[in-house]
Amino acid sequence: MSDDVQVTKVLDLKGLACPMPVVKVSKGIKEVEVGQIIEAQTTDPGSMTDFPAWATTSGNEIVKTEQEDKLIKFYIKRLV
Amino acid sequence: MQNFEAQFDELKSQVEALNKKTAENKLSMIVFSGDLDKVLAAFVIATGAVAMGMEVVMFFTFWGTPVLRDKNKSVGGKDMMGKMFGAMLPAGTGDVKLSNMNMGGMGTAMMKSLMKKKNVASLEEMLALAEELEVRIYVCEMSMDLMGFKREEFIEYQHMGFAGVATFLQEAQASKIQLFI
Repeated sequence: MSDDVQVTKVLDLKGLACPMPVVKVSKGIKEVEVGQIIEAQTTDPGSMTDFPAWATTSGNEIVKTEQEDKLIKFYIKRLV
Repeated sequence: MQNFEAQFDELKSQVEALNKKTAENKLSMIVFSGDLDKVLAAFVIATGAVAMGMEVVMFFTFWGTPVLRDKNKSVGGKDMMGKMFGAMLPAGTGDVKLSNMNMGGMGTAMMKSLMKKKNVASLEEMLALAEELEVRIYVCEMSMDLMGFKREEFIEYQHMGFAGVATFLQEAQASKIQLFI
């Protein structure tokens, strides 16, 4: 968890391979209200470029990205 | 003034015609191949596209057709050629082989176990996911007729239909992306 970002829901996508992280995050974001933030945790290195591509196309916003070793955390704000 | 109104009407009908032709946020895909790797790629793209907010239509034709058969279903009344195709072509997702390095089935088996180990979704899982994500599938009637397949021997898939080239082209014309796999 991050101090300055209010996370409503955490999505554990660790260990999943393409296309599952993107498929699951697109479902997961719909489980929070517009304006709320989800934290998506992945270990798929491809998600480093895939998540920004997904966010841009789907119209949502990645407000912050953190990386600790293989673990990547995306903080995504639902905008649509 | 009358001339102005006529011009306005003409413009209006032109705009309406243009609107009809404008591509929707849709992906149309032809799955021609019956190879495990290629069909898998088709489903990865299809489900990924839904995640990106697109509508997806897949058309299974030629060698792609038998991938959607149900191995537990058998139908009678086929002629000799139909029986031959039925026996020689894959009966569903479990039967399809890699396009490369199949090595008499050994390569395919190794790839499947590797996919499991690396947590890559199997073809069966991808098909189930596609159904859940409402990916529409059409099966080519001409291929079925050619190979002697009957509708009764296909899998249960909620969003499946049987169609021809005109249906694909209608969908493709209204799609932003068209792929042939």
